[in-house]
Amino acid sequence: MSAPIHAPHAHAGTTVQRIMLAVMAALAPATLYGFWLYGWPAIVLWCVTVGSAALGEAFALRLAERPVAPALSDGSVVLTGWLLALSLPPWAPWWIGALGGAFAAIVGKQVFGGIGQNLFNPAMIARVALLISFPVEMTRWVAPAPLFTDAAPGLLQGLSIAFLGLPDADAVTSASLLGHAKTELSRGIALGAALQAHADPAALFGGVRPGSLGETSALLLLAGGLLLLWLRVFTWHIPAAMLAAVALPAAALHALDPQRYADAGVHLFSGGLMLGAWFIATDPVTSPGSRGGQLLFGAGCGLLTYVIRTWGGYPEGVAFAVLLMNAVTPVIDRYVKPRIYGRTRRGEGFAPPPRKWLRLKRRSGP
Amino acid sequence: MNSPSIGWLKRVSLRWGVHPESRKRPAADLPVAVLPLPARLHLPLLQHIGAPAKPVVTVGQRVRKGELIAQSQGNISAPLHAPTSGRIAAIADFPAPHPSGLSAPAITIEADGEDRWTELDPPADPFALPPQEVAARVAAAGVVGMGGATFPSSVKLALGRRVAVGTLVVNGGECEPYLSCDDRLMRERAAGAVDGMRIIRHAIGAREILCGIEDNKPEALAAMRAAAEPFAEVKIVAVPSRYPMGSDKQLIQVLTGKEVPADGRAADVGVLVHNVGTAHAVHRAVRLGQPLVSRIVTVNGGAVAAPRNLEVPVGALLSELVEACGGCVEAPARLVMGGPMMGHPLPSLDVPVIKGTSGILALSRAEVEQRREAPCIRCARCVGACPMNLLPLEMSALIRAGEAEAAVDWGLKDCIACGSCSYVCPAHIPLVHYFDHAKGELAARERAKMKQEATRQLAEQRSLRMAREAQEKAEAAARRKAERERAKAAKVAAEAAA
Repeated sequence: MSAPIHAPHAHAGTTVQRIMLAVMAALAPATLYGFWLYGWPAIVLWCVTVGSAALGEAFALRLAERPVAPALSDGSVVLTGWLLALSLPPWAPWWIGALGGAFAAIVGKQVFGGIGQNLFNPAMIARVALLISFPVEMTRWVAPAPLFTDAAPGLLQGLSIAFLGLPDADAVTSASLLGHAKTELSRGIALGAALQAHADPAALFGGVRPGSLGETSALLLLAGGLLLLWLRVFTWHIPAAMLAAVALPAAALHALDPQRYADAGVHLFSGGLMLGAWFIATDPVTSPGSRGGQLLFGAGCGLLTYVIRTWGGYPEGVAFAVLLMNAVTPVIDRYVKPRIYGRTRRGEGFAPPPRKWLRLKRRSGP
Repeated sequence: MNSPSIGWLKRVSLRWGVHPESRKRPAADLPVAVLPLPARLHLPLLQHIGAPAKPVVTVGQRVRKGELIAQSQGNISAPLHAPTSGRIAAIADFPAPHPSGLSAPAITIEADGEDRWTELDPPADPFALPPQEVAARVAAAGVVGMGGATFPSSVKLALGRRVAVGTLVVNGGECEPYLSCDDRLMRERAAGAVDGMRIIRHAIGAREILCGIEDNKPEALAAMRAAAEPFAEVKIVAVPSRYPMGSDKQLIQVLTGKEVPADGRAADVGVLVHNVGTAHAVHRAVRLGQPLVSRIVTVNGGAVAAPRNLEVPVGALLSELVEACGGCVEAPARLVMGGPMMGHPLPSLDVPVIKGTSGILALSRAEVEQRREAPCIRCARCVGACPMNLLPLEMSALIRAGEAEAAVDWGLKDCIACGSCSYVCPAHIPLVHYFDHAKGELAARERAKMKQEATRQLAEQRSLRMAREAQEKAEAAARRKAERERAKAAKVAAEAAA
């Protein structure tokens, strides 16, 4: 098959595959760090999730009698599985990853018509489906037990945790920072006292704290996001707007009542915000196309995240916020358009400037 | 100071455009070579926008170089002149430089090898000529837009007289990759180009001349600045190198800060744009009295053995140009007339150079590597690249869905077909192709609608006319009847009286 020959006869050389590979490369440091923090069970979970997403996509394509190889080789489904795995509790049982991966690929993506067609971010829709269906497994956070330390489970033990479950769940689990803060607040304990244990900067920035597989190392995620910005995989609009829309209300409310509201730093560097702002909300398929629309979308994601975290029923709100804004994206695309060259914002052509003699005439009139 | 450049703030705020690999060198660094005179030259009668020229010579007639061989017809048209001395060999169809490869009426001249000029009539001082006379001389010399648009230049000069134009913008951008014919012209013939600009300014009565040259051509900038030094009204401006800087609307925006109204012309904001090659052709036409019979053509592309710029007579075959550059080192995967971003593909090299031919590219297989179109992932790279601030991804989605009319609301008619969106698309979607197709379909629909409307109006008028005629007939009959009765009554009365 050959496309009709038409200008331009040159091309920048970018491909969808290359974009996906760049995102994966940017995710790799945070992922490897997550593997080191949470050990073999996390590695097994990641493999199961990515594999299940790929299998799910292949199954759906087969069912639809569409070619499997080109769709799989663009890398988008691997990235979806990867992002989902990073947002799961690191020691979650294997079937969480398997179900989630297949759900993301089939219901989140292929049901809509495959790459480029889905309305919602597939990884986030799978995560939310899992969170609602299996709340216990999806909120069982383990304290980090880095590889090569005594506390770390070996490969066999890791496989047994992933496939047979945690032998004594309560012994190793604890709450994530945001979850802890929410629980303590609901018990009437002031935030200052509640967060004291978490005040350690190594925990906040270094990521040595309970949380999802890939979300705890905020700094590595930030570095990956900046790398993608530099590679021009996306523009600054969505991440900047999202981070600002979390940081600004957080700073303002913290200044009003520090005992009730966590400060901007805690909000920025905890939970899934960095992962969400740089890698989830920037998903091009489910975010607006215009720069103005992207700012609006990012701000909406950030604000909703803050609202859910602060007043909602869940300690973390990135996934919900992104999904809600995904739903609004077509509306944003409809109404937020750039001003076309030579036209006003409303789309009317610029009126030619009045001729000089006309102006003179008017001036010399009564 | 007549050599300003664009400030950094403006540079940063320019967000449109792409940076294709230039590939202008080494051809751009070699002096222009003169193509050995071909034995035969083929001049299509239509090599400009507007009506084709009408031959004024007969087969067998001898002509000198520069002699009129076909005159312009109508308001928008341009005459043709013999590019060399010789004999008219044929007036018949010849393959035209068009993607279709179809033939069109052309005049074929057999060169006698003497290349003797006809008598020229240059004015003593072009600036003493009244503006209309300058426009008339430009028209008589057959000068058309040399940047590729090939719009008859004299029409634009006349337009400049009708509306107040304060600024003449001269386009030395040459933002298309591979091409360097304007670059060479500015390096080697800067004085002529500057003279041509000043003649155009004189003809349109503009206040100032802004000549924008991309900053990837430092040699051309230096040469033009040196040539423009004595003239305070000529400003040579270095503009950022990015495609499509050489598009009229974008160059006007960068140089003057003005935007051409969507449904208007550059003259609406007091600007007129001419290509630097056109300025040089005007210099030749008015200062030297020479009609447009030759031009500089870039021969480039990975398949060409020794790419360079050639001064060629109009009507030379492209194959002769490629031969003069050492031929092809490999079978070209694609032949393109013009630049790689907006040029037309050609089925063969056996077509003639026309006045608007800026370049001929023989691209190698590696250069045109074509990938399969993949689904859009809405990455919005096309949005960032579009110099008109359009949303190509939304427009193409609508056109694919068969809603070309809806795409108009998203700015389809504002698209300048520069190809920046297709160039950056990671899914290799031929976006401009979609837009061109949709524009063509809309135009066809518009024509059909107008035809329908005209038919409807004619039918309506006919039925009205019929009704009116019937009514008039009835009225006339009634009148006649009344008259008859009156006459009868009068007669009766008269008889009674008698």
